[in-house]
Amino acid sequence: MVKMTIAEKILARHSGNDAVIPGQLIECDLDLVLANDVTAPISIAQFEKLGIGEVFDRSKIVLVADHYVPNKDIKSAINAKVMRDFALKYGIEYNYDVGTSGIEHALLPEQGLVTAGDLVIGADSHTCTYGALNAFSTGMGSTDIAIAFATGRAWFKVPESIKVVLSGQPAPDVSGKDIILSLIGMIGVDGALYKALEFCGDALDAISMEQRMTICNMGIECGAKAAIFVPDSKTREYLDGRAINEARFYEPDDGAEYAQTIEIDCSKLEPVLAVPHSPSNVESVSQHAGVRLDQVVIGSCTNGRIEDMRAAAEVLAGRRVAPGIRCIVIPATQDVVSKCLEEGLAKIFIDAGCAFSTPTCGPCLGGHMGVLAPGEVAISTTNRNFVGRMGDTSSKVYLASPRIAAASAVLGRIGLPSELG
Amino acid sequence: MIRGRVHRFGRDVDTDVIIPARFLTSSEPVFLAAHCMEDIDPTFASRVEAGDIMAADENFGCGSSREHAPLAIKSCGVSAVVAKSFARIFYRNSINIGLPILECAEAVDDISDGDIVSIDTASGTIVNETTGNSFQAIAFPEFIASIIESGGLVEATMAKLSGQRSER
Repeated sequence: MVKMTIAEKILARHSGNDAVIPGQLIECDLDLVLANDVTAPISIAQFEKLGIGEVFDRSKIVLVADHYVPNKDIKSAINAKVMRDFALKYGIEYNYDVGTSGIEHALLPEQGLVTAGDLVIGADSHTCTYGALNAFSTGMGSTDIAIAFATGRAWFKVPESIKVVLSGQPAPDVSGKDIILSLIGMIGVDGALYKALEFCGDALDAISMEQRMTICNMGIECGAKAAIFVPDSKTREYLDGRAINEARFYEPDDGAEYAQTIEIDCSKLEPVLAVPHSPSNVESVSQHAGVRLDQVVIGSCTNGRIEDMRAAAEVLAGRRVAPGIRCIVIPATQDVVSKCLEEGLAKIFIDAGCAFSTPTCGPCLGGHMGVLAPGEVAISTTNRNFVGRMGDTSSKVYLASPRIAAASAVLGRIGLPSELG
Repeated sequence: MIRGRVHRFGRDVDTDVIIPARFLTSSEPVFLAAHCMEDIDPTFASRVEAGDIMAADENFGCGSSREHAPLAIKSCGVSAVVAKSFARIFYRNSINIGLPILECAEAVDDISDGDIVSIDTASGTIVNETTGNSFQAIAFPEFIASIIESGGLVEATMAKLSGQRSER
Protein backbone atom coordinates (compact mmCIF):
# COMPACT_ATOMS: atom_id res chain seq x y z
CA MET A 1 0.00 0.00 0.00
CA VAL A 2 1.20 3.51 -0.85
CA LYS A 3 2.29 5.43 2.25
CA MET A 4 1.00 8.99 2.12
CA THR A 5 1.56 12.41 3.69
CA ILE A 6 -1.40 14.46 4.96
CA ALA A 7 -1.49 16.53 1.73
CA GLU A 8 -1.52 13.35 -0.39
CA LYS A 9 -4.32 11.79 1.69
CA ILE A 10 -6.59 14.83 1.43
CA LEU A 11 -5.97 15.16 -2.32
CA ALA A 12 -6.54 11.43 -2.83
CA ARG A 13 -9.93 11.51 -1.13
CA HIS A 14 -11.09 14.58 -3.05
CA SER A 15 -9.99 13.16 -6.40
CA GLY A 16 -11.68 9.81 -5.84
CA ASN A 17 -8.38 7.93 -5.79
CA ASP A 18 -7.24 5.40 -3.21
CA ALA A 19 -3.79 6.93 -3.40
CA VAL A 20 -1.93 9.71 -5.20
CA ILE A 21 1.78 10.35 -5.69
CA PRO A 22 3.73 13.60 -6.05
CA GLY A 23 3.71 14.97 -9.58
CA GLN A 24 0.37 13.35 -10.44
CA LEU A 25 -2.14 15.68 -12.12
CA ILE A 26 -5.61 15.25 -10.65
CA GLU A 27 -9.02 16.90 -10.65
CA CYS A 28 -10.62 17.36 -7.25
CA ASP A 29 -14.00 18.18 -5.76
CA LEU A 30 -13.78 21.26 -3.55
CA ASP A 31 -15.35 21.80 -0.14
CA LEU A 32 -15.15 25.59 -0.24
CA VAL A 33 -14.29 28.32 -2.76
CA LEU A 34 -13.30 31.80 -1.56
CA ALA A 35 -12.84 35.23 -3.12
CA ASN A 36 -12.47 38.79 -1.83
CA ASP A 37 -13.21 42.33 -3.02
CA VAL A 38 -9.93 42.54 -5.00
CA THR A 39 -10.06 39.15 -6.70
CA ALA A 40 -13.81 38.41 -6.97
CA PRO A 41 -14.59 41.06 -9.63
CA ILE A 42 -12.30 39.30 -12.15
CA SER A 43 -13.68 35.89 -11.11
CA ILE A 44 -17.23 37.14 -11.60
CA ALA A 45 -16.47 38.54 -15.07
CA GLN A 46 -14.85 35.23 -16.07
CA PHE A 47 -17.72 33.20 -14.55
CA GLU A 48 -20.32 35.22 -16.49
CA LYS A 49 -18.50 34.38 -19.77
CA LEU A 50 -19.45 30.73 -19.19
CA GLY A 51 -23.13 31.69 -19.39
CA ILE A 52 -24.35 28.81 -17.24
CA GLY A 53 -26.69 30.80 -15.00
CA GLU A 54 -25.95 29.09 -11.70
CA VAL A 55 -23.11 28.35 -9.31
CA PHE A 56 -22.19 24.77 -8.38
CA ASP A 57 -23.35 25.11 -4.75
CA ARG A 58 -24.61 28.29 -3.05
CA SER A 59 -23.42 27.05 0.35
CA LYS A 60 -19.85 26.32 -0.72
CA ILE A 61 -18.85 29.75 -1.97
CA VAL A 62 -17.64 32.42 0.45
CA LEU A 63 -17.28 36.08 -0.51
CA VAL A 64 -15.49 38.39 1.90
CA ALA A 65 -15.16 42.15 1.54
CA ASP A 66 -11.93 42.84 3.41
CA HIS A 67 -9.12 44.42 1.38
CA TYR A 68 -10.44 47.92 0.59
CA VAL A 69 -13.41 48.12 2.93
CA PRO A 70 -15.05 50.15 4.29
CA ASN A 71 -14.73 51.36 0.71
CA LYS A 72 -11.70 53.62 0.38
CA ASP A 73 -12.70 55.25 -2.91
CA ILE A 74 -15.21 55.04 -5.74
CA LYS A 75 -13.39 52.25 -7.61
CA SER A 76 -13.21 50.05 -4.51
CA ALA A 77 -16.87 50.81 -3.82
CA ILE A 78 -17.73 49.56 -7.31
CA ASN A 79 -15.71 46.36 -6.74
CA ALA A 80 -17.52 45.68 -3.45
CA LYS A 81 -20.82 46.35 -5.20
CA VAL A 82 -20.00 43.94 -8.04
CA MET A 83 -19.38 41.24 -5.43
CA ARG A 84 -22.55 42.11 -3.46
CA ASP A 85 -24.70 42.06 -6.62
CA PHE A 86 -23.24 38.68 -7.63
CA ALA A 87 -24.00 37.26 -4.17
CA LEU A 88 -27.62 38.43 -4.43
CA LYS A 89 -28.06 37.26 -8.03
CA TYR A 90 -26.84 33.72 -7.34
CA GLY A 91 -28.01 33.41 -3.74
CA ILE A 92 -24.53 32.97 -2.25
CA GLU A 93 -25.10 31.98 1.39
CA TYR A 94 -21.84 33.21 2.87
CA ASN A 95 -21.46 36.80 1.75
CA TYR A 96 -19.58 38.82 4.37
CA ASP A 97 -19.96 42.56 4.00
CA VAL A 98 -19.09 45.55 6.18
CA GLY A 99 -20.54 45.07 9.66
CA THR A 100 -20.35 41.26 9.70
CA SER A 101 -17.12 40.86 7.82
CA GLY A 102 -13.50 40.57 8.79
CA ILE A 103 -10.21 39.56 7.25
CA GLU A 104 -11.02 36.37 5.35
CA HIS A 105 -8.35 34.09 6.82
CA ALA A 106 -9.28 35.01 10.37
CA LEU A 107 -13.00 34.95 9.59
CA LEU A 108 -13.43 31.55 7.91
CA PRO A 109 -11.90 29.43 10.70
CA GLU A 110 -13.61 31.55 13.37
CA GLN A 111 -17.03 31.10 11.73
CA GLY A 112 -16.53 27.34 11.41
CA LEU A 113 -16.63 27.41 7.61
CA VAL A 114 -13.47 25.29 7.30
CA THR A 115 -12.76 22.04 9.07
CA ALA A 116 -10.18 19.25 9.22
CA GLY A 117 -9.79 17.26 6.02
CA ASP A 118 -11.36 19.95 3.81
CA LEU A 119 -10.01 20.94 0.42
CA VAL A 120 -10.34 24.71 0.02
CA ILE A 121 -9.21 27.10 -2.68
CA GLY A 122 -9.29 30.88 -2.40
CA ALA A 123 -8.41 33.77 -4.66
CA ASP A 124 -5.92 35.02 -2.13
CA SER A 125 -2.42 33.70 -1.59
CA HIS A 126 -2.83 33.46 2.19
CA THR A 127 -5.62 30.88 1.84
CA CYS A 128 -2.97 28.40 3.05
CA THR A 129 -3.85 29.55 6.62
CA TYR A 130 -6.46 26.79 7.14
CA GLY A 131 -3.81 24.08 7.19
CA ALA A 132 -3.69 24.91 10.89
CA LEU A 133 -7.04 23.07 11.11
CA ASN A 134 -5.62 20.04 9.27
CA ALA A 135 -7.19 21.13 5.97
CA PHE A 136 -5.53 21.36 2.54
CA SER A 137 -6.09 24.94 1.46
CA THR A 138 -4.32 26.93 -1.18
CA GLY A 139 -4.39 30.22 -3.04
CA MET A 140 -5.24 30.44 -6.72
CA GLY A 141 -6.01 33.24 -9.15
CA SER A 142 -9.37 34.69 -10.12
CA THR A 143 -9.90 32.53 -13.21
CA ASP A 144 -9.34 29.24 -11.35
CA ILE A 145 -11.87 30.52 -8.80
CA ALA A 146 -14.33 31.46 -11.56
CA ILE A 147 -14.25 27.91 -12.93
CA ALA A 148 -14.62 26.53 -9.40
CA PHE A 149 -17.70 28.76 -8.89
CA ALA A 150 -19.18 26.95 -11.88
CA THR A 151 -17.95 23.40 -11.45
CA GLY A 152 -16.88 22.99 -7.80
CA ARG A 153 -13.72 21.43 -9.13
CA ALA A 154 -10.08 22.37 -9.75
CA TRP A 155 -6.97 20.66 -11.10
CA PHE A 156 -3.96 20.04 -8.89
CA LYS A 157 -0.47 18.72 -9.32
CA VAL A 158 0.12 16.63 -6.20
CA PRO A 159 2.96 18.36 -4.34
CA GLU A 160 5.86 16.73 -2.59
CA SER A 161 5.81 17.40 1.15
CA ILE A 162 8.43 18.85 3.47
CA LYS A 163 8.18 17.59 7.05
CA VAL A 164 8.87 20.28 9.64
CA VAL A 165 9.47 18.84 13.10
CA LEU A 166 8.98 21.45 15.82
CA SER A 167 10.46 20.45 19.16
CA GLY A 168 11.18 22.16 22.48
CA GLN A 169 9.40 24.80 24.50
CA PRO A 170 9.50 28.29 22.93
CA ALA A 171 10.57 31.18 25.22
CA PRO A 172 7.78 33.60 26.26
CA ASP A 173 8.73 36.23 23.66
CA VAL A 174 8.91 33.61 20.89
CA SER A 175 5.57 33.25 19.04
CA GLY A 176 4.26 31.43 16.00
CA LYS A 177 5.42 34.44 13.97
CA ASP A 178 9.02 33.88 15.10
CA ILE A 179 8.78 30.17 14.25
CA ILE A 180 7.54 30.73 10.69
CA LEU A 181 9.90 33.67 10.03
CA SER A 182 12.80 31.52 11.27
CA LEU A 183 11.77 28.73 8.88
CA ILE A 184 11.47 31.16 5.92
CA GLY A 185 14.88 32.57 6.86
CA MET A 186 16.31 29.04 6.75
CA ILE A 187 14.86 27.89 3.42
CA GLY A 188 14.31 31.17 1.52
CA VAL A 189 11.32 32.60 -0.33
CA ASP A 190 11.21 29.67 -2.76
CA GLY A 191 12.38 26.99 -0.30
CA ALA A 192 9.02 25.21 -0.44
CA LEU A 193 8.01 26.19 -3.99
CA TYR A 194 5.43 23.71 -5.42
CA LYS A 195 5.60 21.76 -2.13
CA ALA A 196 3.41 21.26 0.94
CA LEU A 197 4.74 21.90 4.44
CA GLU A 198 3.65 19.39 7.10
CA PHE A 199 4.16 20.49 10.72
CA CYS A 200 4.50 18.06 13.61
CA GLY A 201 6.53 17.55 16.79
CA ASP A 202 6.31 17.83 20.56
CA ALA A 203 6.36 21.65 20.46
CA LEU A 204 2.76 21.52 19.22
CA ASP A 205 1.61 21.22 22.84
CA ALA A 206 2.88 24.78 23.32
CA ILE A 207 1.60 26.19 20.03
CA SER A 208 -2.03 27.34 20.14
CA MET A 209 -4.45 27.08 17.22
CA GLU A 210 -4.16 30.80 16.50
CA GLN A 211 -0.35 30.57 16.52
CA ARG A 212 -0.63 27.66 14.09
CA MET A 213 -2.77 29.84 11.82
CA THR A 214 0.00 32.48 11.86
CA ILE A 215 2.53 29.79 10.91
CA CYS A 216 0.43 28.32 8.08
CA ASN A 217 -0.57 31.80 6.88
CA MET A 218 3.02 32.60 5.96
CA GLY A 219 3.71 29.24 4.28
CA ILE A 220 3.20 31.04 0.97
CA GLU A 221 6.13 33.33 1.82
CA CYS A 222 8.46 30.39 1.22
CA GLY A 223 6.45 29.37 -1.85
CA ALA A 224 4.47 26.55 -0.21
CA LYS A 225 1.31 25.32 -1.92
CA ALA A 226 -0.14 24.27 1.42
CA ALA A 227 1.01 24.27 5.04
CA ILE A 228 -0.68 21.64 7.20
CA PHE A 229 -0.49 20.74 10.89
CA VAL A 230 -1.00 17.22 12.16
CA PRO A 231 -4.19 17.20 14.24
CA ASP A 232 -4.16 16.94 18.05
CA SER A 233 -6.43 17.62 21.00
CA LYS A 234 -6.16 21.38 20.38
CA THR A 235 -7.43 20.92 16.82
CA ARG A 236 -10.38 18.85 18.02
CA GLU A 237 -11.20 21.29 20.79
CA TYR A 238 -11.10 24.26 18.40
CA LEU A 239 -13.37 22.62 15.83
CA ASP A 240 -15.79 21.00 18.26
CA GLY A 241 -19.05 22.96 18.26
CA ARG A 242 -17.66 25.47 15.77
CA ALA A 243 -17.18 23.66 12.45
CA ILE A 244 -20.36 23.50 10.38
CA ASN A 245 -19.27 20.38 8.50
CA GLU A 246 -18.01 17.10 9.87
CA ALA A 247 -14.26 16.98 10.49
CA ARG A 248 -12.08 14.22 9.02
CA PHE A 249 -8.70 14.18 10.68
CA TYR A 250 -5.66 13.12 8.67
CA GLU A 251 -2.36 11.87 10.08
CA PRO A 252 0.55 10.98 7.80
CA ASP A 253 1.33 7.28 7.30
CA ASP A 254 4.43 5.86 8.93
CA GLY A 255 6.89 5.57 6.09
CA ALA A 256 5.36 8.38 4.01
CA GLU A 257 7.99 9.96 1.76
CA TYR A 258 9.13 13.55 2.19
CA ALA A 259 11.25 15.71 -0.10
CA GLN A 260 13.04 17.00 2.98
CA THR A 261 12.81 16.94 6.78
CA ILE A 262 13.59 20.11 8.71
CA GLU A 263 14.01 20.06 12.49
CA ILE A 264 13.52 23.23 14.48
CA ASP A 265 14.25 23.32 18.20
CA CYS A 266 11.85 26.06 19.32
CA SER A 267 13.63 26.42 22.68
CA LYS A 268 16.65 27.78 20.79
CA LEU A 269 14.69 30.38 18.78
CA GLU A 270 14.76 34.07 19.65
CA PRO A 271 12.41 36.89 18.62
CA VAL A 272 13.15 37.75 15.00
CA LEU A 273 12.36 40.29 12.29
CA ALA A 274 12.14 40.04 8.53
CA VAL A 275 14.08 43.11 7.48
CA PRO A 276 13.47 44.98 4.20
CA HIS A 277 12.73 43.90 1.50
CA SER A 278 12.07 40.16 1.80
CA PRO A 279 10.29 37.87 4.27
CA SER A 280 13.42 35.68 4.10
CA ASN A 281 15.79 38.40 5.37
CA VAL A 282 15.36 37.10 8.90
CA GLU A 283 17.56 38.44 11.68
CA SER A 284 17.27 38.74 15.46
CA VAL A 285 15.43 41.71 16.94
CA SER A 286 18.50 42.61 19.00
CA GLN A 287 20.57 43.05 15.80
CA HIS A 288 18.25 45.87 14.76
CA ALA A 289 17.39 47.40 18.13
CA GLY A 290 17.57 51.13 17.64
CA VAL A 291 16.08 51.35 14.14
CA ARG A 292 13.92 54.49 14.27
CA LEU A 293 10.24 54.06 13.37
CA ASP A 294 7.39 56.15 12.00
CA GLN A 295 4.56 53.61 12.13
CA VAL A 296 3.56 50.38 13.86
CA VAL A 297 0.81 48.13 12.49
CA ILE A 298 -0.74 45.38 14.63
CA GLY A 299 -3.30 43.26 12.77
CA SER A 300 -3.79 41.41 9.43
CA CYS A 301 -4.65 37.83 8.46
CA THR A 302 -1.31 36.86 9.97
CA ASN A 303 -1.61 38.45 13.41
CA GLY A 304 -5.02 40.07 13.91
CA ARG A 305 -6.69 37.40 16.07
CA ILE A 306 -7.68 37.76 19.72
CA GLU A 307 -4.49 36.16 21.07
CA ASP A 308 -2.49 38.68 19.03
CA MET A 309 -4.56 41.52 20.47
CA ARG A 310 -4.00 40.18 23.99
CA ALA A 311 -0.25 39.85 23.39
CA ALA A 312 -0.02 43.45 22.15
CA ALA A 313 -2.26 44.76 24.95
CA GLU A 314 -0.18 43.03 27.62
CA VAL A 315 2.85 45.01 26.46
CA LEU A 316 0.96 48.30 25.95
CA ALA A 317 -1.01 48.22 29.24
CA GLY A 318 -0.17 51.26 31.36
CA ARG A 319 2.29 52.53 28.75
CA ARG A 320 2.22 55.16 26.01
CA VAL A 321 3.18 54.96 22.36
CA ALA A 322 6.35 57.06 21.91
CA PRO A 323 5.89 60.62 20.59
CA GLY A 324 6.02 60.78 16.80
CA ILE A 325 4.97 57.14 16.32
CA ARG A 326 1.65 56.19 14.75
CA CYS A 327 0.48 52.84 16.15
CA ILE A 328 -2.48 51.34 14.29
CA VAL A 329 -4.29 48.36 15.84
CA ILE A 330 -6.71 46.51 13.56
CA PRO A 331 -8.60 43.49 14.97
CA ALA A 332 -9.17 41.01 12.15
CA THR A 333 -12.90 40.33 12.60
CA GLN A 334 -16.01 41.80 14.23
CA ASP A 335 -15.80 39.04 16.84
CA VAL A 336 -12.22 40.07 17.68
CA VAL A 337 -13.36 43.71 17.92
CA SER A 338 -16.13 42.62 20.26
CA LYS A 339 -13.75 40.64 22.46
CA CYS A 340 -11.29 43.58 22.55
CA LEU A 341 -14.13 45.69 23.95
CA GLU A 342 -15.33 43.06 26.45
CA GLU A 343 -11.84 42.31 27.73
CA GLY A 344 -10.83 45.97 28.08
CA LEU A 345 -8.13 45.65 25.40
CA ALA A 346 -9.65 48.44 23.29
CA LYS A 347 -9.28 50.85 26.23
CA ILE A 348 -5.66 49.78 26.73
CA PHE A 349 -4.91 50.52 23.07
CA ILE A 350 -6.71 53.87 23.10
CA ASP A 351 -5.17 54.94 26.42
CA ALA A 352 -1.74 54.04 25.01
CA GLY A 353 -2.34 56.38 22.07
CA CYS A 354 -3.08 53.81 19.37
CA ALA A 355 -5.57 54.16 16.53
CA PHE A 356 -8.10 51.31 16.96
CA SER A 357 -9.96 50.40 13.78
CA THR A 358 -12.71 48.32 12.22
CA PRO A 359 -11.45 45.15 10.44
CA THR A 360 -9.66 45.64 7.11
CA CYS A 361 -6.55 44.36 5.30
CA GLY A 362 -5.87 48.08 4.68
CA PRO A 363 -2.24 48.92 5.42
CA CYS A 364 -0.78 45.41 4.92
CA LEU A 365 -0.82 45.87 1.15
CA GLY A 366 -0.53 49.64 1.13
CA GLY A 367 -4.24 49.91 0.39
CA HIS A 368 -5.49 52.42 2.93
CA MET A 369 -5.59 53.07 6.71
CA GLY A 370 -1.84 53.51 7.11
CA VAL A 371 0.04 54.01 3.82
CA LEU A 372 3.71 55.05 4.23
CA ALA A 373 5.25 58.26 2.85
CA PRO A 374 8.66 58.30 1.07
CA GLY A 375 11.45 57.21 3.38
CA GLU A 376 9.17 56.18 6.26
CA VAL A 377 9.87 53.07 8.33
CA ALA A 378 7.32 50.71 9.87
CA ILE A 379 7.32 47.61 12.02
CA SER A 380 4.31 45.47 11.22
CA THR A 381 2.75 42.16 12.22
CA THR A 382 1.75 41.57 8.59
CA ASN A 383 3.27 39.09 6.13
CA ARG A 384 5.16 40.90 3.37
CA ASN A 385 7.84 43.58 3.27
CA PHE A 386 8.43 43.77 -0.48
CA VAL A 387 9.47 47.07 -2.08
CA GLY A 388 6.48 49.45 -1.92
CA ARG A 389 4.26 46.92 -0.14
CA MET A 390 2.94 49.41 2.46
CA GLY A 391 3.34 52.59 0.44
CA ASP A 392 6.07 54.53 -1.32
CA THR A 393 8.86 52.45 -2.89
CA SER A 394 11.41 54.17 -0.62
CA SER A 395 9.52 53.19 2.56
CA LYS A 396 10.62 50.20 4.63
CA VAL A 397 8.73 47.49 6.51
CA TYR A 398 10.11 45.21 9.25
CA LEU A 399 7.92 42.16 9.97
CA ALA A 400 7.56 41.00 13.58
CA SER A 401 5.24 39.46 16.18
CA PRO A 402 2.60 41.51 18.04
CA ARG A 403 4.70 41.66 21.26
CA ILE A 404 7.76 42.99 19.44
CA ALA A 405 5.66 45.46 17.43
CA ALA A 406 3.93 46.72 20.61
CA ALA A 407 7.23 47.07 22.51
CA SER A 408 8.73 48.94 19.55
CA ALA A 409 5.74 51.32 19.51
CA VAL A 410 6.47 52.29 23.10
CA LEU A 411 10.23 52.52 22.58
CA GLY A 412 9.87 54.54 19.37
CA ARG A 413 12.44 52.24 17.81
CA ILE A 414 12.79 48.52 17.22
CA GLY A 415 13.24 46.73 20.52
CA LEU A 416 12.20 43.97 22.91
CA PRO A 417 9.53 43.96 25.65
CA SER A 418 12.33 43.34 28.15
CA GLU A 419 13.73 46.79 27.37
CA LEU A 420 10.60 48.50 28.73
CA GLY A 421 10.96 49.93 32.20
CA MET B 1 6.45 32.03 -33.44
CA ILE B 2 7.30 34.79 -30.97
CA ARG B 3 10.20 37.16 -31.60
CA GLY B 4 11.17 40.16 -29.51
CA ARG B 5 13.60 42.23 -27.51
CA VAL B 6 14.29 41.03 -23.97
CA HIS B 7 13.76 42.90 -20.71
CA ARG B 8 15.93 41.08 -18.18
CA PHE B 9 15.01 40.84 -14.47
CA GLY B 10 16.58 39.18 -11.42
CA ARG B 11 15.15 36.64 -8.95
CA ASP B 12 12.04 36.83 -6.72
CA VAL B 13 10.23 39.46 -8.79
CA ASP B 14 7.06 39.73 -6.68
CA THR B 15 3.55 40.57 -7.80
CA ASP B 16 3.61 43.76 -5.68
CA VAL B 17 6.27 45.22 -7.98
CA ILE B 18 4.67 43.76 -11.12
CA ILE B 19 1.44 45.63 -10.32
CA PRO B 20 1.37 47.50 -6.99
CA ALA B 21 -1.73 47.11 -4.82
CA ARG B 22 -2.62 50.78 -5.17
CA PHE B 23 -3.74 49.96 -8.72
CA LEU B 24 -5.76 46.85 -7.82
CA THR B 25 -9.04 48.73 -7.56
CA SER B 26 -9.09 48.35 -11.35
CA SER B 27 -8.91 45.26 -13.53
CA GLU B 28 -8.93 47.22 -16.81
CA PRO B 29 -6.11 45.81 -18.98
CA VAL B 30 -5.07 49.21 -20.42
CA PHE B 31 -4.89 50.80 -16.96
CA LEU B 32 -2.90 47.87 -15.50
CA ALA B 33 -0.53 47.90 -18.49
CA ALA B 34 0.29 51.57 -17.87
CA HIS B 35 1.57 50.67 -14.38
CA CYS B 36 3.22 47.32 -15.16
CA MET B 37 6.54 46.83 -13.28
CA GLU B 38 6.26 50.40 -11.97
CA ASP B 39 7.82 49.72 -8.55
CA ILE B 40 10.85 47.85 -9.91
CA ASP B 41 11.38 49.86 -13.11
CA PRO B 42 9.31 53.07 -13.45
CA THR B 43 10.33 53.43 -17.11
CA PHE B 44 9.25 49.91 -18.15
CA ALA B 45 5.69 50.69 -19.22
CA SER B 46 6.86 53.52 -21.47
CA ARG B 47 9.74 51.52 -22.98
CA VAL B 48 8.05 48.16 -23.58
CA GLU B 49 6.98 47.45 -27.15
CA ALA B 50 4.45 44.96 -28.46
CA GLY B 51 6.09 41.55 -28.83
CA ASP B 52 8.85 42.15 -26.27
CA ILE B 53 9.90 39.25 -24.04
CA MET B 54 10.62 39.20 -20.30
CA ALA B 55 13.38 36.98 -18.87
CA ALA B 56 14.00 36.49 -15.16
CA ASP B 57 15.82 34.31 -12.67
CA GLU B 58 14.13 32.09 -10.03
CA ASN B 59 10.66 32.45 -8.44
CA PHE B 60 9.15 34.98 -10.87
CA GLY B 61 5.72 36.22 -9.72
CA CYS B 62 6.02 35.33 -6.05
CA GLY B 63 3.69 36.79 -3.42
CA SER B 64 0.06 37.67 -3.94
CA SER B 65 -2.44 35.66 -6.02
CA ARG B 66 -3.48 38.76 -7.98
CA GLU B 67 -4.30 37.79 -11.55
CA HIS B 68 -3.81 41.49 -12.29
CA ALA B 69 -0.06 40.69 -12.49
CA PRO B 70 -0.04 38.44 -15.58
CA LEU B 71 -2.89 40.59 -16.99
CA ALA B 72 -0.70 43.71 -16.70
CA ILE B 73 2.23 41.93 -18.37
CA LYS B 74 0.11 40.55 -21.19
CA SER B 75 -1.74 43.84 -21.71
CA CYS B 76 1.43 45.91 -22.08
CA GLY B 77 2.34 43.80 -25.10
CA VAL B 78 4.78 41.29 -23.61
CA SER B 79 4.56 38.16 -25.76
CA ALA B 80 6.18 35.65 -23.35
CA VAL B 81 8.00 35.30 -20.04
CA VAL B 82 11.02 33.00 -19.71
CA ALA B 83 12.25 32.31 -16.17
CA LYS B 84 14.38 29.84 -14.23
CA SER B 85 11.26 29.10 -12.14
CA PHE B 86 7.84 30.62 -11.48
CA ALA B 87 5.87 31.01 -8.26
CA ARG B 88 3.03 28.49 -8.56
CA ILE B 89 0.00 30.81 -8.42
CA PHE B 90 1.54 33.10 -11.06
CA TYR B 91 2.27 30.01 -13.20
CA ARG B 92 -1.39 28.89 -13.07
CA ASN B 93 -2.70 32.41 -13.64
CA SER B 94 -0.55 32.88 -16.75
CA ILE B 95 -1.75 29.62 -18.27
CA ASN B 96 -5.35 30.45 -17.37
CA ILE B 97 -5.31 33.85 -19.11
CA GLY B 98 -3.19 32.76 -22.08
CA LEU B 99 0.15 34.46 -21.32
CA PRO B 100 2.90 32.16 -22.69
CA ILE B 101 5.45 31.26 -19.98
CA LEU B 102 8.48 29.00 -20.26
CA GLU B 103 10.81 27.51 -17.66
CA CYS B 104 14.41 27.26 -18.87
CA ALA B 105 17.34 28.07 -16.58
CA GLU B 106 20.00 27.63 -19.28
CA ALA B 107 18.30 30.08 -21.64
CA VAL B 108 17.93 32.67 -18.88
CA ASP B 109 21.65 32.40 -18.08
CA ASP B 110 22.42 33.09 -21.73
CA ILE B 111 20.03 36.02 -22.17
CA SER B 112 21.03 39.64 -21.46
CA ASP B 113 18.91 42.75 -21.43
CA GLY B 114 18.21 43.91 -24.97
CA ASP B 115 18.94 40.56 -26.67
CA ILE B 116 16.67 39.50 -29.51
CA VAL B 117 15.05 36.15 -28.74
CA SER B 118 12.65 33.98 -30.70
CA ILE B 119 10.44 31.33 -29.14
CA ASP B 120 8.41 28.49 -30.61
CA THR B 121 5.83 28.00 -27.86
CA ALA B 122 4.52 24.77 -29.33
CA SER B 123 7.90 23.01 -29.26
CA GLY B 124 9.40 25.04 -26.37
CA THR B 125 12.46 25.98 -28.41
CA ILE B 126 14.10 29.26 -27.35
CA VAL B 127 16.70 30.85 -29.66
CA ASN B 128 18.84 33.76 -28.49
CA GLU B 129 19.52 35.39 -31.85
CA THR B 130 22.04 37.79 -30.27
CA THR B 131 24.30 35.00 -28.99
CA GLY B 132 23.25 32.40 -31.53
CA ASN B 133 22.51 29.82 -28.84
CA SER B 134 19.38 27.70 -28.71
CA PHE B 135 17.64 26.03 -25.79
CA GLN B 136 14.76 23.66 -24.98
CA ALA B 137 12.24 24.71 -22.28
CA ILE B 138 10.59 22.18 -19.96
CA ALA B 139 7.53 20.83 -21.79
CA PHE B 140 4.03 21.39 -20.40
CA PRO B 141 2.12 18.30 -19.27
CA GLU B 142 -0.50 17.36 -21.87
CA PHE B 143 -3.33 18.45 -19.56
CA ILE B 144 -1.92 21.97 -19.27
CA ALA B 145 -1.01 22.12 -22.96
CA SER B 146 -4.69 21.53 -23.77
CA ILE B 147 -5.71 24.56 -21.64
CA ILE B 148 -3.13 26.68 -23.49
CA GLU B 149 -4.36 25.39 -26.85
CA SER B 150 -7.92 26.37 -25.98
CA GLY B 151 -6.72 29.92 -25.24
CA GLY B 152 -7.19 29.79 -21.48
CA LEU B 153 -9.13 28.05 -18.72
CA VAL B 154 -12.47 29.76 -19.40
CA GLU B 155 -12.32 28.75 -23.06
CA ALA B 156 -11.22 25.20 -22.18
CA THR B 157 -14.08 24.88 -19.69
CA MET B 158 -16.63 26.25 -22.17
CA ALA B 159 -15.51 23.68 -24.72
CA LYS B 160 -15.77 20.93 -22.10
CA LEU B 161 -19.23 22.07 -20.92
CA SER B 162 -20.61 22.25 -24.47
CA GLY B 163 -19.17 18.79 -25.13
CA GLN B 164 -21.03 17.46 -22.09
CA ARG B 165 -24.28 19.12 -23.24
CA SER B 166 -24.07 17.62 -26.72
CA GLU B 167 -23.50 14.16 -25.22
CA ARG B 168 -26.78 14.33 -23.30
